[in-house]
Amino acid sequence: MANKNVVAVLKKNAMLIVLVLVFIFFTVTTGGQMFQPMNFNALITQNAYVFVLASGMLMCMLTGGNIDLSCGAFVCFLGAVGSILMMTKGLSPFLSIILMMIVGIIYGCALGYLIAYVNIPPWIATLAGFLAFRGWGTALLSANSSTGSISIAAQKGFLAIFSGKVFSSPVGKLNTVCMIAGVIASVAVVFLSFRARSIKIKKGYAAESMASLLIKCVLSVAAIMLFAYKLALAGGIPTVLIWVVVIVLIYNFITARTTIGRYFYTIGGNKEATRLSGVDTKKIMFLAYLNMAILTVIATYIVTARFQAANSTAGTNYEMDAIAACVVGGVSAYGGAGNVFGMVVGATLIGVINLGMSLMGVDANWQKVVKGVVLLAAVVFDILADKKKS
Amino acid sequence: MAKELLRMDHITKTFPGVKALDNVNLTVEEGEIHALVGENGAGKSTLMNVLSGIYPYGTYEGDIIYNGEVCKFQKIKDSEEKGIVIIHQELALVPQMSIGENMFLGNERGKKNAINWNETYGEADKYLKMVGLSESSRVLIKDIGTGKQQLVEIAKALAKHAKLLILDEPTSSLNETDSRALLDLMLEFKKQGMTMIIISHKLNEVVYVADKITVIRDGSTVETLDCHSMEIDESRIIRGMVGRELTNRFPKREGVKLGDINMEVANWTVYHPLYAERKVVDNVSLNVRKGEVVGIYGLMGAGRTELAMSIFGKSYGADITGTLKINGKEIELKDPREAIDAKLAYVTEDRKGNGLVLSNPIRVNTSLANMKGVSEKGIIDKDKEYAVAVEYQGKLKTKAPTVEQNVGNLSGGNQQKVLLAKWMFTDPDILILDEPTRGIDVGAKYEIYCIINDLAKAGKSVIMISSEMPEILGMSDRIYIMNEGKFVGELNAEEASQEKIMANILQAGKGE
Repeated sequence: MANKNVVAVLKKNAMLIVLVLVFIFFTVTTGGQMFQPMNFNALITQNAYVFVLASGMLMCMLTGGNIDLSCGAFVCFLGAVGSILMMTKGLSPFLSIILMMIVGIIYGCALGYLIAYVNIPPWIATLAGFLAFRGWGTALLSANSSTGSISIAAQKGFLAIFSGKVFSSPVGKLNTVCMIAGVIASVAVVFLSFRARSIKIKKGYAAESMASLLIKCVLSVAAIMLFAYKLALAGGIPTVLIWVVVIVLIYNFITARTTIGRYFYTIGGNKEATRLSGVDTKKIMFLAYLNMAILTVIATYIVTARFQAANSTAGTNYEMDAIAACVVGGVSAYGGAGNVFGMVVGATLIGVINLGMSLMGVDANWQKVVKGVVLLAAVVFDILADKKKS
Repeated sequence: MAKELLRMDHITKTFPGVKALDNVNLTVEEGEIHALVGENGAGKSTLMNVLSGIYPYGTYEGDIIYNGEVCKFQKIKDSEEKGIVIIHQELALVPQMSIGENMFLGNERGKKNAINWNETYGEADKYLKMVGLSESSRVLIKDIGTGKQQLVEIAKALAKHAKLLILDEPTSSLNETDSRALLDLMLEFKKQGMTMIIISHKLNEVVYVADKITVIRDGSTVETLDCHSMEIDESRIIRGMVGRELTNRFPKREGVKLGDINMEVANWTVYHPLYAERKVVDNVSLNVRKGEVVGIYGLMGAGRTELAMSIFGKSYGADITGTLKINGKEIELKDPREAIDAKLAYVTEDRKGNGLVLSNPIRVNTSLANMKGVSEKGIIDKDKEYAVAVEYQGKLKTKAPTVEQNVGNLSGGNQQKVLLAKWMFTDPDILILDEPTRGIDVGAKYEIYCIINDLAKAGKSVIMISSEMPEILGMSDRIYIMNEGKFVGELNAEEASQEKIMANILQAGKGE
């Protein structure tokens, strides 16, 4: 019986365990380089866009395995629009941020309308965007700059909101704010876990055992504090981490606790049954793509700020990264199943693999091969595990 | 004495944790129609899957002796080569392909890798004639009705040179005329020497065609009845199936006072959503009182489901005209949400297709149509949701370990209960139940009838759509008879009988 439980726990957290093993593997093969504070920092800053886009992609995929192919190209286009607004037109960063969001919302509404109300298959509708926005973005950039790239390095305000550090300190010195944030996060995790358990017990529902709760808490706290410590040594909390954490928490709440989030799942499970249960399924489909566009706008802010420029290759393959993060994280390619936690693990795993291979000096082309294999392996694993269950 | 064609000897099949078949014996003689009956989950389909090689030799214990030799089938092809062909309950046809293409799917005519289309269609036409279909084999499957599709399945089996034909619930999606035609075809085949095994829930059909009836209960054979040596009727079979005599298949509903008219539909006409000129529901008027169970009887394709769905927030059809009054007030329901808010509930006939989210647990399905009842400002109260699901599980006696069980893993009867729970939780005043007992076993049917009675006692109005005449007669206070989109008769419970209902339909047919 105990053995069975262990197997069940391992299976449930298979991807998390793979993540830890892969991390250890790269730490060993890179001679500890992976474990350097700078690389913890890089893991977050380089992959922030994946977490943001994957949150949106998750919502789309839940509705029945639908995807958005256009988000990468839209990042390129919107980056071009934003940099032109700020640099060529001389608008303030604040105004530019708002205008970019408006452009994104317009695109999201158009896309959502076509998919939800005109019944265009999502992958076709977004394929059109994939083609058009890459071209449009590149055209805008070359019309406004001789190099085909517009630098926004001068926009300190914009950069401060979407890149850089909060309360930064010199690298190598322990950043106090970062450590305090780590402690607060740890306390919050422990407090919430225990509270959830005690509520369950009080109401007489099945609750997990004290031992498993303690193990979980110890592991979570260890992970959080390790991250906090490393980041503190790398100069403090990256601003994008706050964006990512807030977005992930919001979407975790939406998917797990709200009625609207529930409908995304049931539509993926059975659209007709959901419609006949009085749910406006078209509205939900519309929201999925509007939401995706809004998150794409935020990803654009983050990416443009990190590169301090808009250029025509920005956002290349971002849509694929987001889809891969979801799929590796256990989000069903047929819809109806998956959660934010899994998506975060999936995105982190892909980020770790990317970073590790770069540190090892693996050729960029072979990196793609490895990522492809990982993606396939994750799906095969998922389907085999499902088969065994039934 | 006829020759023994098949003997399944002490078959035992275990799935992880469950013994699906326990020492089952089945003997089929050449040239007979052998019926296999039992409640859902009794093991009929498992037994047939063992026979046809879906569960390969070695995964079960016991022997299959066919035509005097022990068979060790590894896959379906092996059993088909011997002439054992199974026709599954769910039709396995590709809608977009022609009859001929379907008939030889996986068994193509012609040379290797090159299909001979003349031979395909020529032979297909030959087999179609044998099952009495006059369609050309070039017609697409999607363009013929379900009844004819079932016949195509049989023709397909014949094309495989079947000697032993196994039909799993062949009439479950057919109307009464088509069912009868199919059964007569079976009798015709029997005359020609074909041996058949039929699995069916419809006992009247079993009695009509079978030479022998083997009853399976809880994975074991209970008895084999010989229809020629003794008088067999439905109650005799039911006694074997449930292990007791069901003295009353329909529970009595007593002391219910009919109240005011709760819902009234007048001159309701609905057109087909794609073929704009086709009337699916034609000038129908009906009413239902509080505490009343109104039956709508009609064959499949009569427009019953379309009528119900068009009333339920115009979820089907185009150009809907007519008036709908609830509690005496005229009202327009534009979508299912408005219908639910008007205290209407539609329990679909197709619980897998548009009723339940099979990949989600009982809890999620129970609350789906009334999320407001378990949430506040759009945020779900998980405890409340859980409690509601548990409450309805208890109320309807749904058999499942917990409410976190995925609905897809439940039996048909329990799925139906979850579907009912979902709609009861919306607290409706008027329930439209579309084929509420389709494909579920006798015991579960009885429980569903009890639930219907409880609803009526609580002052709800129930409209029950069914194509099973005994059920309509046994449960309804009043019966509407529907045929080809029109209501062709209305009968009170006291005056209604099978003959009268059929007479109404026949008369309407002549009038055209």
